[in-house]
Amino acid sequence: MREFLARLLAAFHRSRREQDLDTEIAAHVQMAIDDLVSRGVDPREARRLALAKFGGVEAAREQHREARGIPWADRLAQDLRYALRTMRREPAFTVFAVAIAALGIAAATTVFSVLSTLLLRPLPFSQPDRLVWVANAPPEDGLSAQTLQVFRFLSFRNRNHSFADMAAYFAFYEAGDSTLNWNGRMERLNALPVSQNFFPLLGVKPEIGRGFNNQECQWNGPKAALLSHGLWVRRFASDPHLVGRTIPLDNSPVTVVGVLPASFDFGAVFAPGIQMDLYVPFPLTGETDHWGNTLAVVGRLKPGITSQSAQAEAAVLGQLITREPHRGNDITPQLTPLKQHVSGRLRPALLTLAFAVVAVMLIVCANLSNLLLVRGAARQKEFAIRSALGAGRARLVRQVLTESLLLALFAAAVGTCLAWLGTRALAGLTAFNIPLLTSVRLDGTALAFTIALAVFSGVVFGLAPALHVPRGDVGEALKEQGRAATDSPHHGLLRSVLVVAEIAFASVLLVGTGLLIRSFLRVLDVNLGFQPARAAAMRIDMPSQFLRENMTKTAVARRDAYFNDVLGRVRSLPGTEAAGIIDSLPLGRNRTWGIAAHGMTYKPNEYPEAFVHVVSDGYIPAAGIRIIEGRDFTERDTTETEPAIVINETVARHLWHGEEALGRQVDAGPFKTPCRVVGIVSDVRHLALEQGSGSEMYFTLRQVHDLPSIYLVLRSRLDTAALTSSVRHTLLPLDPEMPREQFESLEQLVDRSVSPRRFIVYLLAGFAAFALILASLGIYAVISYSVGQRKQEIGIRMALGASPGALQNGILGETLRLAAIGLAVGAFVSAASTQLIQGLLYGVRPEDPVTFLGVVALMLAVAALAGYLPARRASLTDPMIALRAE
Amino acid sequence: MPESKLGLLQGTLDVMVLQTLAAMGPQHGYGIARRIEQVSGDEILLNQGTIYASLVRLQQRGWIRAKWGASENKRKARFYSITPKGRVRLGQDVAYWRRLAGVMGRVLASRVQENGNA
Repeated sequence: MREFLARLLAAFHRSRREQDLDTEIAAHVQMAIDDLVSRGVDPREARRLALAKFGGVEAAREQHREARGIPWADRLAQDLRYALRTMRREPAFTVFAVAIAALGIAAATTVFSVLSTLLLRPLPFSQPDRLVWVANAPPEDGLSAQTLQVFRFLSFRNRNHSFADMAAYFAFYEAGDSTLNWNGRMERLNALPVSQNFFPLLGVKPEIGRGFNNQECQWNGPKAALLSHGLWVRRFASDPHLVGRTIPLDNSPVTVVGVLPASFDFGAVFAPGIQMDLYVPFPLTGETDHWGNTLAVVGRLKPGITSQSAQAEAAVLGQLITREPHRGNDITPQLTPLKQHVSGRLRPALLTLAFAVVAVMLIVCANLSNLLLVRGAARQKEFAIRSALGAGRARLVRQVLTESLLLALFAAAVGTCLAWLGTRALAGLTAFNIPLLTSVRLDGTALAFTIALAVFSGVVFGLAPALHVPRGDVGEALKEQGRAATDSPHHGLLRSVLVVAEIAFASVLLVGTGLLIRSFLRVLDVNLGFQPARAAAMRIDMPSQFLRENMTKTAVARRDAYFNDVLGRVRSLPGTEAAGIIDSLPLGRNRTWGIAAHGMTYKPNEYPEAFVHVVSDGYIPAAGIRIIEGRDFTERDTTETEPAIVINETVARHLWHGEEALGRQVDAGPFKTPCRVVGIVSDVRHLALEQGSGSEMYFTLRQVHDLPSIYLVLRSRLDTAALTSSVRHTLLPLDPEMPREQFESLEQLVDRSVSPRRFIVYLLAGFAAFALILASLGIYAVISYSVGQRKQEIGIRMALGASPGALQNGILGETLRLAAIGLAVGAFVSAASTQLIQGLLYGVRPEDPVTFLGVVALMLAVAALAGYLPARRASLTDPMIALRAE
Repeated sequence: MPESKLGLLQGTLDVMVLQTLAAMGPQHGYGIARRIEQVSGDEILLNQGTIYASLVRLQQRGWIRAKWGASENKRKARFYSITPKGRVRLGQDVAYWRRLAGVMGRVLASRVQENGNA
C-alpha cells in the first residue's frame, strides 16, 4: 500500500524526480571519471570508459521510471504527453484526421440514436413488451378494413383468455376535429376519442386530475376531456386550477378532468407527424356500433402468454364471433407486438442505414490507417533513434497506438457534439412521418456506444501503423537515414489494399444509395391520379348550426345553400381556376363501403368494397383528377334527384369486366334506391404513393350527408399564403367564428407522405458522398505518396528520355488499376447484398444496370481526378532537381 | 572477457545493495556499484546504471533511505543508508539465498555424480 502511494506520488512529482536522477547520474559519471583519471587514464578515454561502464543512460532512466512509478500510469502519462506533442507539431494532419473521424463518429452515433430509439428502446409505457396491436386486416387494406366494430370488440374482449385488458381509440379522427374558443381566439385542435381504459391500459396516469369515469363514457354522457401537457402549457398557461372547470369546445362546455404528463405523446407512437391536443371519451355503445368498423385496438397480454398463442386463440374466437347472429362486420384479429407495429415498417430502412454507417466508419478507419502509415514511414528514423536510446519495440508500438487512440478520443469529443446537434435536428423534423423521431436524443447508451466506437476505431486504424514499427533493427534503419524515408514493398502493398477496400466500401454504399435514389425518383414520378401542383387545401368545417343528427328537408336545403355560397364566393376570387370540397384529402384518412353492381349477388367474402369520398361538384377538376367518361357532379344532383355516383376505372373494371360502365346502376351508399354511375375518373393513389389505387367511389355531399370533416380544395394561381388571407376574408361573413387555418399545398401533402423514404435517401446520400470524398482522398494520398517516394526514379527515367505524358499516363494507369480492383470487389459485394434492400426499392431492380454503370463511371472519374493531380506534378518534375534531392 | 561474466538473477541486485549498505554504512550510488564490483571480483556483469532502479525500489519499500550530501571530492551526491526494516529484510534474504545456494549445490552435485556413473 505504502509502495503504491509512493509510486502514485512519484507519477505526480515526475519532473523533480527526474531532475534528481539526472543530478545523481551526472555525479556518478563524474566520480567514475575522477577515479579513472586519478589512476592515470587520459581524461577523454576516462569519460568514454565511465559511460560504457554505466550502460545506457536512457535505459537507466527508463528502468528507474519503471521501478519508481506505477509503470502503466507513468508510461501512459508520458505517451500521452508525447502524442500531444506530435499532434501539435503537425496541426494540419491532426485537424484533418480528427475531422474525418469526428464526422464518421457523429454519423454513427446519430444513426445509432435513431436506431436505439426506434428499435431498441422500449415504448414509453409500462411493461411495453406485453402490449399488442390488434388489427382486423393488414395495413395495406385501408382503415375500414383494419379497424373493429364496437360490439365485436366488446364481445372479443369479454370472451378471450389471452388479454389482461384491451383498449381502443377511434381510428377515424382527423387533424383539427375540435375547435376551441378560448380567450377570444378560435383554434382547431387535434382531438382523439379513446375508450375509458385506454390510458390505464398503457400505464399512463394524468399528471393532475383523473381519467374518464363511467358516466362520461356513456352515449350523450357529461362532456369531458383530458388535455395533453403541450396544450395545457400553450393555451392555458399551465393553470392547475383548470382541472374541474369547463372550456368551450365545439361550442359546448366540456369539463377538463385532467392533464396528461409531458412524457405521453400519442402522435409519436401511433400517428407520426400529428400532435394530439386533447382526448375525449369514446362510448362503446349501440350508437357507435352503428358506425361500423371504427376502433384501433391495443391489448395487454396476461403474463406468460405469448403473442403467438394469443393469435391462435384470436383466430378461433374471431370466427366464432363472426358466425353469431348479431349483425356486424367480420372480425379477423391480427396481432402484432406494439413495438413492431410502430417501427417494424422502418426496420429494413434503419438496418440499411446502420450498414451504411458501418461502411462509412470502416472507410474512415482505412483512410486514417493509411494516413498514419504514410506518416509512420516518414517517422521511421525517429523510431530508430528512440529505440537506439533504449526504448523497446513494445513501447514504441504502444506509443503509436496511444497516438491513434488519442486522435480517436478527440474525434469522439467533437463527434459527440456533432451528433448532439444531429439528433436535435432530427428530433425537430416534424415534417417527417416517422414514429418516435421526436424522442430521438443522445442518451447514456449512445454515449457509451460513441466511446466504444472511438476506442475500437482508434485501435483499428492504429493497428496497421503500430505493427509497422521497425523491428529492433536499429542499425538498418539508421543507415538508410540518407533517403528521406524507407519504404518496404510490403508497406506499399498494405496501403494499396487499404485504398482498394475504401473504394470497394464506397462503391457498395454508392450502389445502395443509387438504387434508393432511383426508387425515390420513381416514386415521385408515379402517376398520382391527381395533380398536386398549384392545388391547395384547407380545413373549413361547417358552422355549428348545420350539424344535425337528423337531416330534415329544410336543414338539407340550408346546408346546400351554404355550400353553394362557399363555393360561389371562392370561385369568384381572382386566380381561382377550380374549387371543390371533400371529406378527407388523398394520402390521409380513408374509409371503405360496399359497392355492388345492381342485380348481382356476391358470396359473403367477395362483396366488393371501395374507398369512399364525399365531394362537392368541382372537387374532381380542382384536385386535377381526369374525367374519363361521363361528367362531374353538379349543383342539380340533390336529394330530390336520382342518387349519382362517380367511380374510378378500377371499380368499373372490377364490377363489369370491361363492359360499358357509364349509366349502369350500383347498390352503394346510404340510399334506398340504386345509384346511377354518372362519371368514371382516373385512379388516385389514395393510401400511399407506392401503393396501387384500389377501388374508389365518389358521392356528392348534397346526397350523402356523412361528412366527418370538410376540406376546401382550390386550384389557383395564388400561393398558399395569399390564398389563406383572401379565402378567409371571403368566408368570414358566412362563419364569423372560423378558426385560423392555413392552406396547405397538395405538393406538401405528397411530400409528407414520402418523407420516410426521403429521410432515408437524404441520410444515405450524405453518407455516400462522405464515403466518396474519403475514398478519393485515400487514392490521392497513396498515389501522391508513392510518387514522392519515387522522385529519384522518375528523375532518372526522365533524364533517360521518358516523356512527361508517358509518365503521367503510367501513374494514372496505376491509379485506375487500384480503382478497378476496388470497383470489382465492390460490384461483387453489391450484387450479393442489394437483394437485402429489395423491400425498400420501388420500380428498380436490385441489379439495375443504370445504377451499377453509373457508380462505376463516377468512381473511375473520381479516381482519375485523384490520381491526375499527383501524376501531373510528377510529370513536371525537373530531372536535375529530382536527382540532386537527396 | 565480458562473455564469461555472470548475468544478474532477478532480485539479486537488491540483496547485494542491502548487504553493501549494511556492511559499509551510508554510501552513494557510485560507491555501492564500485563496492559490488570489487567484492564480486569483477565477475558480475553490472551496468552501473541499473543500480538506480534498485535504489528507488528499495526506498519505496522503506528498506533504505536517502539524503543529499557531499562526496569525498566535494561532489553533490545522494547518500543511501539501510533502515531497521531493511536490516530485517536483509536477514530474511540472506537466509533464503544461503538455503537456495545450498540446495542448488546439492542438486547440481548429484547430477554430476549420476552423469559420472552412467
